[in-house]
Amino acid sequence: MEMIEVRELTKIYRLGSVEVPALQGVSFHINPSEVVAIMGQSGSGKSTLMNILGCLDLPTSGEYYLEGKNIAGLSDDELALIRNRKIGFIFQQFNLLPRISVRRNAELPLMYNGNKSQKEIEQRAEYILEAVGLADRMNHKPTELSGGQQQRVAIARALINEPALILADEPTGNLDSHTGADIINLLLKLNQDHGLTLIIVTHDASIAAQTQWVIHLRDGQIEDGSAHIIAHV
Amino acid sequence: MKLYRLLIEALESLNANKMRSILTVLGIVIGVAAVIAMLSIGRGAQATITSQIESMGTNLIYVSPGSTSVSGVQSAAGTAGTLTLDDADVLAELDQVVAVASVTNNFVQVVYQGQNTRTRLMGITPGYETVSSLTLADGEFISESDQNARSLVVVLGSGVAEDLFGSTSGVVGQKVRLNGQVYKVIGVLESKGGNSFMNQDDQVLIPLSTALYRLVGGARFRGSSVISQITIKAENAKVVDQVAENATLLMRERHETVEGADDFTVTSQQDTLDAATAVSDTLTLFLGGIAGISLAVGGIGIMNIMLTTVTERTHEIGLRKAVGARRQDILLQFLVESMVLSFLGGLIGVAIGWGISRLMGQIEFSGSTITPVVGLDSVLLATIFSMAIGLFFGIYPATRAARLQPVVALRYE
Repeated sequence: MEMIEVRELTKIYRLGSVEVPALQGVSFHINPSEVVAIMGQSGSGKSTLMNILGCLDLPTSGEYYLEGKNIAGLSDDELALIRNRKIGFIFQQFNLLPRISVRRNAELPLMYNGNKSQKEIEQRAEYILEAVGLADRMNHKPTELSGGQQQRVAIARALINEPALILADEPTGNLDSHTGADIINLLLKLNQDHGLTLIIVTHDASIAAQTQWVIHLRDGQIEDGSAHIIAHV
Repeated sequence: MKLYRLLIEALESLNANKMRSILTVLGIVIGVAAVIAMLSIGRGAQATITSQIESMGTNLIYVSPGSTSVSGVQSAAGTAGTLTLDDADVLAELDQVVAVASVTNNFVQVVYQGQNTRTRLMGITPGYETVSSLTLADGEFISESDQNARSLVVVLGSGVAEDLFGSTSGVVGQKVRLNGQVYKVIGVLESKGGNSFMNQDDQVLIPLSTALYRLVGGARFRGSSVISQITIKAENAKVVDQVAENATLLMRERHETVEGADDFTVTSQQDTLDAATAVSDTLTLFLGGIAGISLAVGGIGIMNIMLTTVTERTHEIGLRKAVGARRQDILLQFLVESMVLSFLGGLIGVAIGWGISRLMGQIEFSGSTITPVVGLDSVLLATIFSMAIGLFFGIYPATRAARLQPVVALRYE
């Protein structure tokens, strides 16, 4: 079974009486444990695609199957459950909560996963934070960490519920090239060690070069001439 | 999310905006403190009034003349000269009663040598001492023989004695002038202390017969020999209603009147008590209502702050939704926060309200203090009400937060 299968995905935003198409008939599928990059100019629809793949938004038309389950027609709460259990998000802005500690930030998805005891939650958070190299920073506030460290917290948060799919939206966009490379290596290692499916939105061709295939978007459509795409269609 | 985690998160986020949280809580504190203080003061006043009335005896029944009607124009109650001494004698023969008659003459001038004072004069029959629960500080009370002989004797209220002689002792046997007429002081009453409606220290008592037939400016000079009031003391509080009923029927028979057209009125102390209770209940409700308004204003303060908080934390809400928070999780998070605010305000408000009532209990109002009563019910009422306010005014902001679309919220800066 495919990890992700999308067919003729369209998304149209309405701005007053004007209809702005963001995606116009996008189809592809991604197998489990694949590493995929999504590239494109700003306005090409890659954020829209990312939001739909992340179950943060629903397509206007077309079909999206995540691990064989049709996402269309699910309620907000059902989508929340899928995001909680199956998807880990990594954002360009890290999106950590500044008030609470690194540990509590990493624990956040478990707070919305009702069947874990407090002890399990703490053990899990410690284990994951050690795995991303932050064992000695657990009780710090995110603002006391460097950018690279903050992104590692975000990765720990994305991993804590053992999702099958990691969606990284420009994960290195706010980092210097050296730190960015570290983060990408960490993500690739997770893919190799645990078989996580990894989708990275990026502008950086050198990052795209490390993935198994690339989806090039232009004006809401997949650009022609991508051998990888053809292989998968 | 588990409740205690919600509580911790709520406290953390309130702590992050200390000043704002304190000011918001203050709105509720003031409201709750006002409600507690007002209710307790209202109740204290009620208890004070009730005990004052009860100290005069709850088994008293008053028969007063009705109002005069001249060419169909009704005057105030008590203006008709319809009660006579004979009425009092007949009423005294009812079972289980002591009855006395009295005539009131406001404002007589009492003079002793260079001192003089203006006070209320009561012409009374001898039983008045027991009926009104009066005790003598010195001397003796007006006797049956004084009544029969229309003696020129007077019993002074303690306040009057103080005014004229500077003391309540050594006064008996002195001569004073009432409206210019010489009276011999035979007794001085013990002070009863302040009483909001009738200060029994500020009066002089003379025999009823003297008041009717000999006093200068008395009833005789106004061309009538009627009395102002008949006071009946029932044997105990249980028979008051029965005695009042009997007295009414007897009076009706004597005066040949029918119900609705009586030329007299019969009221018991219990009626007075009921009326006073009704008044103070209304007062308590009124004060509590005003205090309640300030509580509602505090609630609006909470709503205002919660709306601000939701807007400020839109991005956070987006993130929480992205990692799996459902609508109800977000709703609960903000509801708990607003309820923590209002509950804290409620607790502090109860404490301050209690303090205010204690303080008010120290202050004297026209000679008497009231003892505020902070009931458990008013504490519970204020606390539960403040929580309810947190809930009520928190629902709208929390719903707004819960309804945010994750994509929109995440994009919000």
